[in-house]
Amino acid sequence: MSIELINVVYIVAAALFVFGLKQLGSPATAVRGNLLSSVGMLIAVVATLFNAEILTFTWIIGAVVIGSIVGYVAAVKIEMTSMPEMVALFNGSGGIASLLVGWAALYNVDNTLFTYVTIVVSVVIGGLTFTGSILAWGKLSEVMPSRAIVFGAQRIFNGLLLLALIACSVLFCLDPSASSPYLYAIIVLACVFGVMAVLPIGGADMPVVISLLNSYSGLAACAAGFAIHNNILIVAGSMVGAAGIILTNIMCKAMNRSLANVLFSGFGAVKQATKVEGEVKPISAEDAALILEAAQSVTFVPGYGMAVAQAQHVVRELGEMLEANGAEVTYAIHPVAGRMPGHMNVLLAEASVPYDQLVEMDDINPRIDKIDVAVVIGANDVVNPAANDDENSPIYGMPIINVNQARTVFVLKRSMASGFSGVDNPLFFGENTRMLFGDAKESLSTVLNELK
Amino acid sequence: MEAVLLGMVLMLSIFLGFELISKVPATLHTPLMSGANAISGITIVGALISAGSDLGTMSTVLGAIAVAFATINVVGGYLVTNRMLSMFKKKDSGPRGGKA
Repeated sequence: MSIELINVVYIVAAALFVFGLKQLGSPATAVRGNLLSSVGMLIAVVATLFNAEILTFTWIIGAVVIGSIVGYVAAVKIEMTSMPEMVALFNGSGGIASLLVGWAALYNVDNTLFTYVTIVVSVVIGGLTFTGSILAWGKLSEVMPSRAIVFGAQRIFNGLLLLALIACSVLFCLDPSASSPYLYAIIVLACVFGVMAVLPIGGADMPVVISLLNSYSGLAACAAGFAIHNNILIVAGSMVGAAGIILTNIMCKAMNRSLANVLFSGFGAVKQATKVEGEVKPISAEDAALILEAAQSVTFVPGYGMAVAQAQHVVRELGEMLEANGAEVTYAIHPVAGRMPGHMNVLLAEASVPYDQLVEMDDINPRIDKIDVAVVIGANDVVNPAANDDENSPIYGMPIINVNQARTVFVLKRSMASGFSGVDNPLFFGENTRMLFGDAKESLSTVLNELK
Repeated sequence: MEAVLLGMVLMLSIFLGFELISKVPATLHTPLMSGANAISGITIVGALISAGSDLGTMSTVLGAIAVAFATINVVGGYLVTNRMLSMFKKKDSGPRGGKA
């Protein structure tokens, strides 16, 4: 196949990516959208194999087989609750692939200075995406502590790191070659930078990090596209980059924080919230069941705790039972609940909760005062009223689901420990709040049995 | 000149990406992200060329490792997205146990 013909196929592939992404925007067409996009990928790969520059297929076949097996097994075996970790790992593999593509492009003949600059960009973004994603995986899977890790001279260290990275990049571009020592320095520095960038970000801010890394993996592919003069890499990569930025922005807005604030300040490190005092009112599962039985409207507010307790199936069962009992049941989902954008929606979908019962924060808040019972399952910061009225709280200004305005609130909680951000939650001491202590799954099962 | 043309392509694609994504409902954020992530595996195209063209052992090895990683990204990304999306059901459609 001639280069022209291959490029025509790439245009078709790009069109399929566009249609695919468009159809991913609605639940009814999303499956087809993903399929279209994968067909686009397939024809782009097949067309590339006809490129006259490709002489030997031994390595390619070996690598594709290995990659396919690993990817397939990972995708099929992974539990839905571990989805954030999986997405992080896939992100990381995209990042390192772009780094290597940029690196290998150094061996092409007749590279211009512009090409060398884009090679450096793809190596840097690819490298930091790779190690950043690995670290994000470590935090999400709790292989390492998921809280923000901050040390004294961190900002100075990061600043120096960035300076060194820029210096090495400039020195490399002045005398570019595949054997330049600055190349290795750039790779190492970019990888260290990825680690340092994710280290000070706490678990509750992970949705932002995951979307940002997603964006970076696209940008890395885009830069690699410039390095090898390939249109499809540029088009697809930059679309992904833009998509990731939008998600990042949505996540930041949902926390009322700027991106800079999320990236550079450990959560709750500076301010101390006003101490909340009062008495919590525990409730037994039996009593909770009685109240739920009489409720006309019930809304479930899930958080990361639901994922940890694997409680989504019990939640759905309880929801169905209450519905059969005549109550109106909804699931109110905060945009940053969980560890990645839309995390809770996926878990509830796994438990066969129909997506039209999932409502967004802005839809539930105006009518939450008419809800009889709000059941908070493993959510904390996203329902913390201190965000509305305690100016000293580190999460002040963050939009929350105002469950404290519901007629009754049940909070399912393991113990009285504070949330991920380490912020006290006045909700627990509210007049209309009842605490249902214990493992969320067990508590809900008991409630369910009482109702039967 | 080529750099300018590529820059043009870049600019248009970024705007297209913004347009395509900005109206996606929160429910689909995760599949959207992993679907987009699978697309970023497009870097496999570059990897294939490096792995297959005879520009020395180093280039081939780098390319081959890149192919392996990019394939993980592509295959895993699309499959897992499909797995997630096929769970999203509208009320009273698909096989469900019915109401108790």
